[in-house]
Amino acid sequence: MAQVTQLIHDYLRHNKKFPHVYCAGCGHGIVLGSLIRSVHGLGYAKDDIVLVAGIGCSGRMAVYVDFNTVHTTHGRALTFATGIKMANPNLKVIVVMGDGDAMSIGGNHLIHAARRNIGLTTLVLNNNIYGMTGGQYSPTSPVGTVSATSPFGQLERSFDIVDMAMASGASYVARGTVLHATMLDGLISDALEKPGFNLVEILTPCHTQYGRKNKFKTVVDMYQWYKKNTVKLDRYRQLKSEEQDKFTPIGVFRDEMRPGLETRYAELRNKLQEQRNA
Amino acid sequence: MSKKKGLAKVTIYPDWCKGCGICAAFCPAGVFELRADGKSHVVREEECVNCGFCELHCPDFAVSVTPKEISRRKTDACVDPRVEAADPSAGTDPGPEENVGTPNREEDHGHKKA
Repeated sequence: MAQVTQLIHDYLRHNKKFPHVYCAGCGHGIVLGSLIRSVHGLGYAKDDIVLVAGIGCSGRMAVYVDFNTVHTTHGRALTFATGIKMANPNLKVIVVMGDGDAMSIGGNHLIHAARRNIGLTTLVLNNNIYGMTGGQYSPTSPVGTVSATSPFGQLERSFDIVDMAMASGASYVARGTVLHATMLDGLISDALEKPGFNLVEILTPCHTQYGRKNKFKTVVDMYQWYKKNTVKLDRYRQLKSEEQDKFTPIGVFRDEMRPGLETRYAELRNKLQEQRNA
Repeated sequence: MSKKKGLAKVTIYPDWCKGCGICAAFCPAGVFELRADGKSHVVREEECVNCGFCELHCPDFAVSVTPKEISRRKTDACVDPRVEAADPSAGTDPGPEENVGTPNREEDHGHKKA
């Protein structure tokens, strides 16, 4: 197990200011480490990877990691990534978005990227709040969340990112947490290898904006919450429906091998060229 | 590396540590302790079972678990027989250190003669 940290340091841009901007205990750092381990484990060259990130805490990830990186406008990470993938299908395009970035501001883009099944690997870092912009409640904040814009608890029903991606037609959908880091490594490696649109929702704690206002004394309490309130999908399906409400399932929800849009596009182009030449 | 106690060296880079306390709270062997300076400190390194939890979960990449110096020397010692075994003429050769030393000495002599 040793030498993991050294490996991560090899992939960072050390001319950027370190330690990174994330608050103490923020799970985004763990996701960054997990992503680096997965990319290294699969043996991709740094130049073959494009990391596209939107705005928000998750957007800072593109700054720190030594791949080809694009830091895009709010919610539009998937549109930039779609362009990159269609222009050069040989690149491995990873999109990192936050929950507000993916579900509300870029919600439409997520639906249509999943519908097209374009070959992108999307990591949605779900911390249930708009962390960087001041702690407004986001589309994934649970009912009753106290936040900067809902001091008496918010009343809206929250999005389930996994259900949404599955309904939109993504070919690989999974959910993990930053506490289950080894499992997360597996999910991200799996997603990187699959064709088509892959989405991994990652539950990550935001203590500064979410935890402090919602009865989590320390950031460690939030990790303990993940330990107590998440179950593997196999076990979750065996639970009774009353018990299911208490837990969040983690694991692989859909795993289909469907060709991505860029592959189908290349096939069509070849077919038309053959027809013209014949 | 086996999961035995006392074989791992745990290092914390204090400049990168933000003192979130994840390592101190979840370490199964209680190796870490949060102190008043807001950083995590290694207090019981000999108890480390080398599970790797802290390395995987440190959000700031500030913990590293490496094999201890003693075990590193052991592996160095292990490398030499492997080199000898790989070399077909190893049986008659003297030790690798002398092998490295001899050509240099000859070169030196050569330079002096010239």
